[in-house]
Amino acid sequence: MSAQPRRPGRLIRSAVPVVLGLVVFIVVWQMVVFLGRYPDYILPGPWTVLQRFATAWTEGTMAPEVAATLQEIVLGFVFGAGIGLAAGYALARSRVVGLVLSPYLVAAQSTPILALAPLLILWFGPGLLSKIVICSLIVFFPVAVSTAVGFRSVDPRLLELGRSLRATPRQILMTLEVPAAMPSIMGGIRVGVTLAVVGAIVAEWVSPESGLGVLINLARGSLFDIPLMFAALLMLALVGVGLYGIAVLVERWLVGDRG
Amino acid sequence: MTSPAIRLAGVRRTFEAPGGSTLIALDGVDLEVAPNEVVALIGPNGSGKSTLLRVIGGLLTADGGTVEVEGRAVTGPDPAVGFVFQEPRLLPWRDVLANVALPLELAGTPRAEREARAHDLLRLVGLDGFAAERPTRLSGGMRQRVALARALALGPSILLLDEPFSALDELTRERFDIELLNLWQKTSTTVVLVTHSMTEAVFLADRTLVLSPRPGRVVATVPSPLGRPRRLADLGSAATAEAAAEVRAALGDIRALSADPDPADLAAVRAGSEGPS
Repeated sequence: MSAQPRRPGRLIRSAVPVVLGLVVFIVVWQMVVFLGRYPDYILPGPWTVLQRFATAWTEGTMAPEVAATLQEIVLGFVFGAGIGLAAGYALARSRVVGLVLSPYLVAAQSTPILALAPLLILWFGPGLLSKIVICSLIVFFPVAVSTAVGFRSVDPRLLELGRSLRATPRQILMTLEVPAAMPSIMGGIRVGVTLAVVGAIVAEWVSPESGLGVLINLARGSLFDIPLMFAALLMLALVGVGLYGIAVLVERWLVGDRG
Repeated sequence: MTSPAIRLAGVRRTFEAPGGSTLIALDGVDLEVAPNEVVALIGPNGSGKSTLLRVIGGLLTADGGTVEVEGRAVTGPDPAVGFVFQEPRLLPWRDVLANVALPLELAGTPRAEREARAHDLLRLVGLDGFAAERPTRLSGGMRQRVALARALALGPSILLLDEPFSALDELTRERFDIELLNLWQKTSTTVVLVTHSMTEAVFLADRTLVLSPRPGRVVATVPSPLGRPRRLADLGSAATAEAAAEVRAALGDIRALSADPDPADLAAVRAGSEGPS
């Protein structure tokens, strides 16, 4: 289950194109600002955004909003993914559960979360709970579907092997089914993590209390501090990329090298 | 006489066919295998060879009759029975060592002990240098050897082999046959082997049992003329060819007796009789 030891040379080689891409992105951004002579309130340059990003941290604007959004994302993801895993397993193992639940799942998923959010806030209040529910709801679907697909695609011949070795149902689940389904499950987790960020921001827009979504709105509206808005967007992107990176690392650890 | 390692009497097994009709896979199968004996099962497609092996191994229950392993009625997979399937069925997320140790792990053997045992088993099948490899990096033949080592992990007294070498090329297969015989001598197990090759059956087994197509039943028994230990040269000997011809004749009888021959069965017989020349 462990990843192969990486030689430092390979790490540097894969880092080079990433850094290069970032440099190109920043240069193009700066050139667009320079050539178009855009004012800061339309498109601030990368340096301006970076400076505002730094002051937002030093003056204490950023930290509490990041913390609030992260809390919503993490709790929403944990609940949504947890229920998604359980539901996915039930969907895969019981035809009746699949028949009964599938239409509701698809209906809930095809209704845009933005349309559903006001109702959920009405039901669960404007606080943290409704945000967790909104976040969970959007995370739930990809995790449930990929879990169901993962468990359905477990080779029945492996299960027969397990029976021939007199494995208990619990052993069959833990030593054969879960590892066999893991690549598919982790695919859903990766999608779920990024959607959790979307869920949190949608929730914060519909019920603004705190968080990066609120900061973006404030910076654009009453504060009219567009560099701050860009700084908040940058922070949001960093959160998304960071969480996705964690998901990839977890996947590498759990799925490992299967040749 | 010692009590048989495997005893089947009047075994019947049916399957629910799509469309509601009942398919009789096995009917009236009588079979006794002595301890340390090697028995080959051969028969056209649809003769229920794999079904019979699974009934002995407790993976399928018989609908009627008696199934006993070492005097115990079979109610499910027995720890004294090791099963090797047609495909290696290795866990791709585990290295070779952990794959071989799987049965011990499921049985609750402590890690150090099961890894030591798995190393011994890998040495036995000549793969000790590959303990840390992923199964996907091994050739088909090596994978099947890992599966064989895994089947031996719990020290079974009976080995059931379901066409274990059918996916291998002719040369690899012959080498495997020899290795299997060596292994059988070292581990002193009772072996029941399903095969499509008449020559392989005669070369490996003490007796070859010929099964008829639906419902599967033992219709002929051909004893092997070869003594023990067997050498690769026996494979091409006149005695082997003669016994193989006898098996072929028994299979041919089935074909002649079958009033309404199933085209699939005929195809299987034809393919089977094209064995090594």
